[in-house]
Amino acid sequence: MRIFLNDEVRDTDAGTLAAALDAMGFGGRKIATAVNGRFVAAPARPGTKLADGDRVEVVAPMQGG
Amino acid sequence: MSFYGVELTSRLLLGTARYPSPAVLAEAIEASKTEVVTVSLRRESGSEGAGQSFWSLVRALGVRVLPNTAGCYSVKEAVTTAHMARELFDTTWIKLEVIGEPDTLQPDVFGLVEAARILSEDGFEVFPYTTEDLVVADRLVEAGCRVLMPWGAPIGSARGLNNVYGLKSLRAHFPNIPLVVDAGLGVPSHAAAAMEMGYDAVLLNTAIAEAGDPVAMARAFALAIEAGRTAYLAQPLEPRDMAAPSTPVIGKAALGD
Repeated sequence: MRIFLNDEVRDTDAGTLAAALDAMGFGGRKIATAVNGRFVAAPARPGTKLADGDRVEVVAPMQGG
Repeated sequence: MSFYGVELTSRLLLGTARYPSPAVLAEAIEASKTEVVTVSLRRESGSEGAGQSFWSLVRALGVRVLPNTAGCYSVKEAVTTAHMARELFDTTWIKLEVIGEPDTLQPDVFGLVEAARILSEDGFEVFPYTTEDLVVADRLVEAGCRVLMPWGAPIGSARGLNNVYGLKSLRAHFPNIPLVVDAGLGVPSHAAAAMEMGYDAVLLNTAIAEAGDPVAMARAFALAIEAGRTAYLAQPLEPRDMAAPSTPVIGKAALGD
């Protein structure tokens, strides 16, 4: 299955958002996520199934004004 | 001064972007004596983890964070970003930016009011980055905002207070809402001027971060803000057109011809 992670094409066999994040090295990181423009809270990641073409956004704390 | 029931001593809110290094950022935060820093969120890659080290630095400083929705041009983007920020930073505070125009980074006040209403109804405590427009400010308060943050000038422009009359009107119209001048200040005298007209606080970033010596400039702004606030409480003179001699005239010796 092919998904877009922060606009980069990624191939993954992970069925859920949580599994995909673990596989891509985000396990244990302080991040927030959205799928197809919708916020997905951390507790909902294991129950969020991914489909081909899904757009996953992963953000982290950053400097800001 | 309090924002949404949180008592604060420092009247300087400080941005965390554009410093020469994380060490200088940390020193500037300490020199400014700020209790609130603004932060943001950006895409993270699995390998780099830059956000994680930044977060460790902020946490170690023990300051409260005010996440922003910088760079959002639509209500949907801003609302989704706010939700991500609430989870990431574990705070209901959000500095709401809905930008309307890229050259001036002027707020889209229509989108701002709509996003403020959505977020306030969802339990957020919204700090809207707005213009000095009085009617927009009224709408923001109606939408649930209990702090207003009008711009001094466009973000990063260092122009100071572009519309002193508008800012004064806002202060007069909202005597009980905390007002923060957010953005566009360049030098400490700009911040002092805002405080002298009764603003509750000032939010800064570039003026400190991009100064030749950010740590010294952080201290200078802190002093100016304290001076301006003290002057406001001391009730400054109103300007007048004609001279008024400060030295008493009565009792002056008659020495003319």
